[in-house]
Amino acid sequence: MNTTVATTDTEGKTWEGGNQPLKASYGKMMMWFFIVSDALTFSGFLAAYGFSRFKFIDAWPIADEVFTHVPFFHGNYPMIYVAFMTFILIMSSVTMVLAVDAGHHMNKKKVTWYMFLTIIGGLIFVGSQAWEWATFIKGDYGAVQTKGGNILQFGEYATVDGEQKFKRLSITDFAVASPTEREQHSRDVGLWFVEEASLPAYQVGDIVKGMEANPNILVRTQILNEEGEKTVLSREESLQQIKENGRLVVQGANLTVNEYGSPLFADFFFFITGFHGFHVFSGVVINIIIFFNVILGTYERRKNYEMVEKVGLYWHFVDLVWVFVFTFFYLV
Amino acid sequence: MAADAHKLEIFRGLIKFKSNTQKIWGVLILLSIITAIEVVLGIYKPESTMKSFFGMKILNWIFIILTLVKAYYITWDFMHMRDETAGLRRAVVWTAVFLICYLIFILLQEGGYVFDVYKDGFIKRDF
Repeated sequence: MNTTVATTDTEGKTWEGGNQPLKASYGKMMMWFFIVSDALTFSGFLAAYGFSRFKFIDAWPIADEVFTHVPFFHGNYPMIYVAFMTFILIMSSVTMVLAVDAGHHMNKKKVTWYMFLTIIGGLIFVGSQAWEWATFIKGDYGAVQTKGGNILQFGEYATVDGEQKFKRLSITDFAVASPTEREQHSRDVGLWFVEEASLPAYQVGDIVKGMEANPNILVRTQILNEEGEKTVLSREESLQQIKENGRLVVQGANLTVNEYGSPLFADFFFFITGFHGFHVFSGVVINIIIFFNVILGTYERRKNYEMVEKVGLYWHFVDLVWVFVFTFFYLV
Repeated sequence: MAADAHKLEIFRGLIKFKSNTQKIWGVLILLSIITAIEVVLGIYKPESTMKSFFGMKILNWIFIILTLVKAYYITWDFMHMRDETAGLRRAVVWTAVFLICYLIFILLQEGGYVFDVYKDGFIKRDF
């Protein structure tokens, strides 16, 4: 790498400084230091996710059933959108290497153009992640949480192409809303220092009424059977479970409840993809700074574009982490 | 830096690119193919890969191996690890790989143990 400092007369004197056994500049080495430590942080998170998953290995949510939406399209498309996000990030990684390469050739116009494309790719990715979060928080079918914290979901058997299949039902489609005597606790109704979140739209009683009115509805527990599918209870067991153990109607996911299964799944999802999204966001900000420096000709005057290479390393690292998040959250 | 300072072959010299730019596009195609394979396998889940092997489904092992392959090409070609000195490469890769393997082993081992305690240790959580 001739981007590093030219040799001086200290060469050969091992203890006098001036040696560069790794042939990399100070800035680049520090970027590698940071990347190694950040890689360890992310592996800590992913390994903790693995810990919780192995702890509840027979009841973990199935990612294919959780992330099934694509913006502007209705229907069930597991993984398509995340695959698109992965591709966008890899693509922006490619434009980043191309910018670094153009920098080595001192081609200011090309560096500017490729940096711009990299920033756009990063923004599309962050936007997609925000959409993904919003969809996850909103949820789709709704469920009932038991007093033990387990999740009960609803559905019925339907014949699709001559095959009996369990089709999920949304609680909003069958629950019978009834007037409630429970008021939301707040200061203005005379309860001092007592506040709570808005009450769920439905109560377990509404669900029971809805189930009694529709004899087809069955309950699905979070326990995975031999084939790796969730267990569907019989009609009697379904009613009994809801009546005896049902406590709270859950729609969507947040840090305390999660209609797809274990709340830990939602916690780790928010934490790990959030931390990664924050990295992407700061990467975009740093890229923008470098982009303006390129336009202003800072590196042209400095006669090397190593700064682009350094932010490039960070940007690729963000891509690298996503490859692992993609595997462990959506595939495995 | 001159273009000829880059090492331009991948697959241990099986494919040799003419320029660095060409190599970048080549690696992109490779990574896209791997991602496409992962997505297709994830959607169709072939029956033959659902058997358990060494504590996990074969399909999951395939996913993890493909991910490591992708990680290799991102680090080696996008992050230019291929062009760095052996010392720098080893300082980064060996350290990270060793510590991460250790961390994964400890946590997954412990997670499996907690699962067994729940399952066989008379702790009830099915209510």
